[in-house]
Amino acid sequence: MENNYISMKNINKSFGKVVANRNINLAVRRGEIHALLGENGSGKSTLMNMLSGVYTPDSGSIFIKGKEVQFASPKDAIEAGIGMIYQHFKLIDVMTAKENIILGRKNSFLLNEKTLSDKIRDMSARFGLDIDPDKKVYNMSVGEKQTLEILKVLYRGAEILILDEPTAVLTPQETEKLFKIMRKMKAEGCAVIFITHKMNEVMEVADRITVLRKGETVMTVDKADTNPKHLTELMMGCPADLSIKRIETEKKNVALEVRNLSAVNSEGIRVLKGMSFDIYSGEILGVAGIAGSGQKELCEAIAGLHPVKQGQIIFNGEDLIGKSPAEIITKGVSLSFIPEDRLGMGLVASMDIVNNVVLKLYQKQKGIFINRKPAEQKSVEIIERLSIQTPGIRHPVRMLSGGNIQKVLLGRELDSRPQVLITAYPVRGLDVNSCYTIYDLLNEEKQKGVAILYIGEDLDVLLELCDRIMVICAGEITGIVDARYTTKEQIGLMMTGTVNLMKEGEKSEHDNANYYTSH
Amino acid sequence: MIMPITIRAIKKSEPSRMKAASIRIGAIILALVASSLFILLLSLNPADVYLKMIQGAFGTAYRIKETIVKAIPLVITSLGIAIAFKMQFWNIGGEGQIAMGAFAASYFALYMNDMPMPVMLAVMILAGMLAGGIWALIPAFFKAQWGTNETIVTLMMNYIALKWVMFLQYGPWRDPKSLGFPKIANFPKNAVIPKLLGVHMGWVFALILVVAVYIFINHTKKGYEIAVIGESMNTARYAGINIKKTILIAIMLSGGLCGLVGMIQASAVNGTLSVEITGGVGYTAIITAWLAALSAPLILIVSILFAALLEGGSYIQTVFGTPQAAAEILQGIILFFVLGSEFFVRYKFVLVKKHQAIAEKGAD
Repeated sequence: MENNYISMKNINKSFGKVVANRNINLAVRRGEIHALLGENGSGKSTLMNMLSGVYTPDSGSIFIKGKEVQFASPKDAIEAGIGMIYQHFKLIDVMTAKENIILGRKNSFLLNEKTLSDKIRDMSARFGLDIDPDKKVYNMSVGEKQTLEILKVLYRGAEILILDEPTAVLTPQETEKLFKIMRKMKAEGCAVIFITHKMNEVMEVADRITVLRKGETVMTVDKADTNPKHLTELMMGCPADLSIKRIETEKKNVALEVRNLSAVNSEGIRVLKGMSFDIYSGEILGVAGIAGSGQKELCEAIAGLHPVKQGQIIFNGEDLIGKSPAEIITKGVSLSFIPEDRLGMGLVASMDIVNNVVLKLYQKQKGIFINRKPAEQKSVEIIERLSIQTPGIRHPVRMLSGGNIQKVLLGRELDSRPQVLITAYPVRGLDVNSCYTIYDLLNEEKQKGVAILYIGEDLDVLLELCDRIMVICAGEITGIVDARYTTKEQIGLMMTGTVNLMKEGEKSEHDNANYYTSH
Repeated sequence: MIMPITIRAIKKSEPSRMKAASIRIGAIILALVASSLFILLLSLNPADVYLKMIQGAFGTAYRIKETIVKAIPLVITSLGIAIAFKMQFWNIGGEGQIAMGAFAASYFALYMNDMPMPVMLAVMILAGMLAGGIWALIPAFFKAQWGTNETIVTLMMNYIALKWVMFLQYGPWRDPKSLGFPKIANFPKNAVIPKLLGVHMGWVFALILVVAVYIFINHTKKGYEIAVIGESMNTARYAGINIKKTILIAIMLSGGLCGLVGMIQASAVNGTLSVEITGGVGYTAIITAWLAALSAPLILIVSILFAALLEGGSYIQTVFGTPQAAAEILQGIILFFVLGSEFFVRYKFVLVKKHQAIAEKGAD
């Protein structure tokens, strides 16, 4: 069968009544980077999970190097040379790179440490992977962990690499590095499948692109024959407008003042180091930073969920520090945090929409009984306003697709009419259409005069959507810049702490710039 | 590859109610078939045995009453355990909480019994619930404060409670009139729960509590908070729920209901405190609460059926002269199938053919 390395033919897969994949065809050649593009719920992950042995197709066949295969488990797929890099790393923190690599392998009982290290170094050099075999995983940056994941599957003999939205957690610089690795692998004759919905990345690194829509293959195109607009249209099935609006509003008053905010985590490590900033009403203040730079702690500190060591959070002339989370919610500060698994914080997976909506309503009700009637009506409104796809308000949210789950959460938070809206990763893993719905909703709130703190991962979006961008690095603010006059590269440098506008004595917004220089 | 075909358990998407019900009914039928084989092994007629079991549980007014008496502690303990389980707080300490409830109630019945019956019983109920609640509160406090494992702590506290009662029975509380027999004196008349319609009034409590717990879990703020905490601690935190306080309240209630059982059993069934007071109800109730999917109305039904199984089992011992172990095996077989069916409600088996092609490329 020609020079196709992998070919998947007429793949069908349904979960209960939901058809995830319908007659999907995919062919990947040796030595190419193949992008798999599609909205959420278009069946990308399902398809790749079948290729990596996690699911088995209901019907259809998979050929690898022209031979039909059937995978009963991921182990079979690994043996057939398929390696999948998941969004969430599957590494053991307390072990070294080397130990993670050999984990679960059938080795001789005694390890020959030296040959192993040598082999790892050889492979690292061959693929341009920069890894110290003896470094512990907990000492690694996100980029290093990802490199280790890649090395791990290569060590296991993978010649086909599947990357599931690998750039979501990386800085622009790290992304560049990853692309270099991918190109190197291509040169070595491997096949790389790259799942994404970031158009610019597709255009930068992919050779061919297969677009999926609603569980079906739309088409496979060569990069040379297409452009982002065309791809988006293929993906959405309709003409698309790709620009995010930045609505100009008049910013008058400060809605939330954060002064010298410091916090330590349970191990006593300082996670917030004297942060000071203002959020104005009618403004979207973006927060950029490498994952784990203090974003979560900052959100939680404002919401009263993380203990604060020192500093002030002033809202309507009142210090929020020391207030209970419930009090802060009633005062009009809302936090919606979309964690990696989407459900963990804010929603109760097995409960229906009504019971999730009531979560932010019931504390305002009087008496010991709970009244779900208002929540029922609100659920209907939220479903309508955000066009949530659900069989009904009594449907468990767990059964909804990722995008719809996020809309339920965001819809509920917006419905509480907050004055300050903190939203972390609201479009995490969402498809283009849903992303734009959410940007529009945020803009709508901004127009109403809500102060929005937007913690995002996609720098392109932050640059287009936000008024100002605050960059944090290791719990410290390294710069607050006007989104209109900054570049991705500049932000990237601040994210890694290479550039620190606060430290360089540049005029900070606040009079406490001294604090930063005093460190 | 060694195995050309493997069997894999796959999680079902979402079983329909009808299908789930038919699987459960199928399990009961299979359990009866399997038990029949065992009964045949004893050279008895299975149909006969089953009929006698039903007769043993419901055959006469007396036997019905006995079944109800057996069901009362099961219902109330299951309700208590269900509240804790709803919060995913694995309260295995029902036994200890029952024992401590019985102990506290007995103290008043034995040593401060100079009260008219209604007051006496009210004091005993209060004491029993409070003692059971506090006994449960200790592991709950540890859990809320330091995140200790409640399964182990509640289980360990069972032994402490039971040994404490044993100490009292053999030591300071031993009845001097019992001629050296290790027995605590019987309660005075005013400390014994009276009968209503031929069965002690515990059944009234049980019915009221079924309704009350149903309302508590489904229609109160606290009940809702408990369910949210059970599903996701983090979500509860983000919603501003006071997690520690809610854990303490829920477990106080859970233990309080178990403590009430102790009081009822000591007062109405045993007439005094003894080490046999719990009768294993604290453990059995875990099964019934689980089988009833933590739903209060279902707990009532399941507990009655379970009590019937126990009563029927002991009846066939007298009718057929089978040993007690045989009755227990029958109960075990039935439980095994019913509990096992839950797996099949959630999972299905598929056969996966492994192809030879992948076998060629082995590990390096």
